[in-house]
Amino acid sequence: MKRLLGFYIFSFITLVLPILFPDNYYVTVVGLTVLINISLAVSLNLLMGYAGQISLGHAAFFGLGAYSSAIFTIKYGFSPWTAITFGLLIVFLLSYILSRPILKLKGHYLAMATLGLGIIVHIFFVQADEITGGPDGISGLPTLSIFGFPIDTDLKWYFVFALFMLITVLLSLNIADSRAGRALSAVHGSEIAAQMMGIDTAKVKSRIFVFSALIACIAGSLFAHQQNFVSPESFSFFFSIELVTMVVLGGLGSTFGAVVGAFILSILPELLIVFEDFEVLIFGAILMVIMIFLPEGLFVAIKNKIAYLAFKRYQKEVANATS
Amino acid sequence: MRFNKFLVLFSIISFMMFLGSSSSFAKKPLKIGSFLAVTGPASFLGDPELKTLQMYIEEINAKGGVDGHKIEFVHYDTKGKAKEAKNFVNRLIKKDRVDVIIGGTTSGNTLAVIDIVQRAKVPFISLAGSIKIVEPVKKWVFKTPHTDKMAAQKIFEDMKKRGITKIALITGNGGFDKSGRAQCLALAPKYGIKIVADEQYNNSDTDMTTQLTKIRATDAQAILNFGFGKAPAIVAKNAKQLGIKLPIYESHGVASKKFIELAGDAANGIRLPAAALIVADQLPDTDPQKSVLLSYKKKFEAKYGPVSTFGGHAYDALFIVVNAVKRAGVIDRAKIRDEIEKTKGFVGTGGVFNMSPTDHLGLGLDAFKMIEIQNGKWKLLY
Repeated sequence: MKRLLGFYIFSFITLVLPILFPDNYYVTVVGLTVLINISLAVSLNLLMGYAGQISLGHAAFFGLGAYSSAIFTIKYGFSPWTAITFGLLIVFLLSYILSRPILKLKGHYLAMATLGLGIIVHIFFVQADEITGGPDGISGLPTLSIFGFPIDTDLKWYFVFALFMLITVLLSLNIADSRAGRALSAVHGSEIAAQMMGIDTAKVKSRIFVFSALIACIAGSLFAHQQNFVSPESFSFFFSIELVTMVVLGGLGSTFGAVVGAFILSILPELLIVFEDFEVLIFGAILMVIMIFLPEGLFVAIKNKIAYLAFKRYQKEVANATS
Repeated sequence: MRFNKFLVLFSIISFMMFLGSSSSFAKKPLKIGSFLAVTGPASFLGDPELKTLQMYIEEINAKGGVDGHKIEFVHYDTKGKAKEAKNFVNRLIKKDRVDVIIGGTTSGNTLAVIDIVQRAKVPFISLAGSIKIVEPVKKWVFKTPHTDKMAAQKIFEDMKKRGITKIALITGNGGFDKSGRAQCLALAPKYGIKIVADEQYNNSDTDMTTQLTKIRATDAQAILNFGFGKAPAIVAKNAKQLGIKLPIYESHGVASKKFIELAGDAANGIRLPAAALIVADQLPDTDPQKSVLLSYKKKFEAKYGPVSTFGGHAYDALFIVVNAVKRAGVIDRAKIRDEIEKTKGFVGTGGVFNMSPTDHLGLGLDAFKMIEIQNGKWKLLY
């Protein structure tokens, strides 16, 4: 109970918000973007934060999920759920085949390889216009139904996205506290040391890469159905960078860090819009200030500070009790 | 004393009622929302569009609004990104709660938001080119610019007149280019024209000699370059450098002074279909559009500098909405939509608009003029 206390509070807030404000623009419209970005950031954090493997191509898997949903439902007339399954299959095969050779690389080389992957997938979306509709994308996806229950309003989508996001967060928290999570941390710390302790590092890395890709893929499918539209731009290299920024901003290696990072990066542009032309400047300045003064990430820094203060207080109490 | 207090109370209440009633005299504002690519690669389209809207809305409000309804204008810059366009349209509809939307500078931006406006039932006039926007007809979506299909038709008609039957097509990789290419490929057989080469370039390329060398090796009688931005200027320049003497056709996407500036000498002899705005002073006085065009040109140039046809599309959209609101008499999304659809004989900068339930553009092929660039100037052919 205590281990997941934060998660319960977080779920409660997420699920109560739309009940209190069902018609609020920031909850049911911006909220959808926030929720999907949280899922993506949390899944990327599994790879980047826990396993220490940088990926600049996460948007590719997100895009593949979205495009499979769009292509298989519209061009080939499959049901949305079959299309999602196909998407998962494609992403599974692609990420599994790629994971071994790609994850042999380290540091900048790994970044380059994943970057290449992201760009190749994006070029495919733009250029293969017979299949993907080219730069204009594909519109008119059918409505997604869950157990015969059509998801057709922003409010219903909020709950679908929220549920998916909460499951992702829960999985991520549980992985971190499991044997697999500790193996990942070991890989993050030192691969050679991890191998010495009998961890099959190649397998561990490849597994988490595939897992994180699959979450992004489902997120993509849901996103496509909610938007009713896909175009290459939503899955460009810049979105991958945005996701990396979310993870780093909140704090690498912490699930809730990714949550906080995604929340801030998705909501800030909406709030800063009132500054019009200065929006981008202020946005950049805020990011800079956070990264300069709290390099370990916003959430992690605050958490550490609180823990430090609590420890000081405890020390004082012990000192008082003994004297 | 007691009576006095009562009197004071009474007068306060009646004064407040007066205030309340007088405020209801001021009519509900007409909220127009817009999302344009004012910055980014399509800024040469979005920037004049925004300036046009702002200039005329200011003027309308200074004259007391549309039938007493002041126009409230909300604008967001999409930077040409479809993702931003979607976010902003959601914001316009769900937060700003606008009555009408004018915008979507590029086809990509417009196509991205069609589902949203259709579901929210908000009248939307797009300022983008693609035929896909209004074909098939969508209940809430209209547009004012000429379509790529019309451009292709106009070009092929001109080729037929000159006896050209074999052409080389060269297009970019943007949405406008791809849609235009598809229209050209589909329409060419109807005009008895054979496409002997179909070359493509990236819009960010700085050299197209490879593609043009390939074209030179074919037996094409003319080159058709469907594109916009700086790439067509490079095509024109490279063709001249390679000594290609074939006539070159461009799309309406290059109908701005910038193109002539960029292409320089190489621009001479190039033909393109475009709205009448750029050759307004060459139109015969009997042309109904002439006075509208000259007045728009004068106003815009007095305030901002050289006009382009793109700002004209915004002018057309704004006044179609204003006229529709006048006819509807109330600010109501559904009624405004119905009246937009009934637009008949509206003389705009793009042509004379006659909309109908099956035609949400309302322009005929005669709205396009065939233009040739001569000595660095636009010359109206017909």
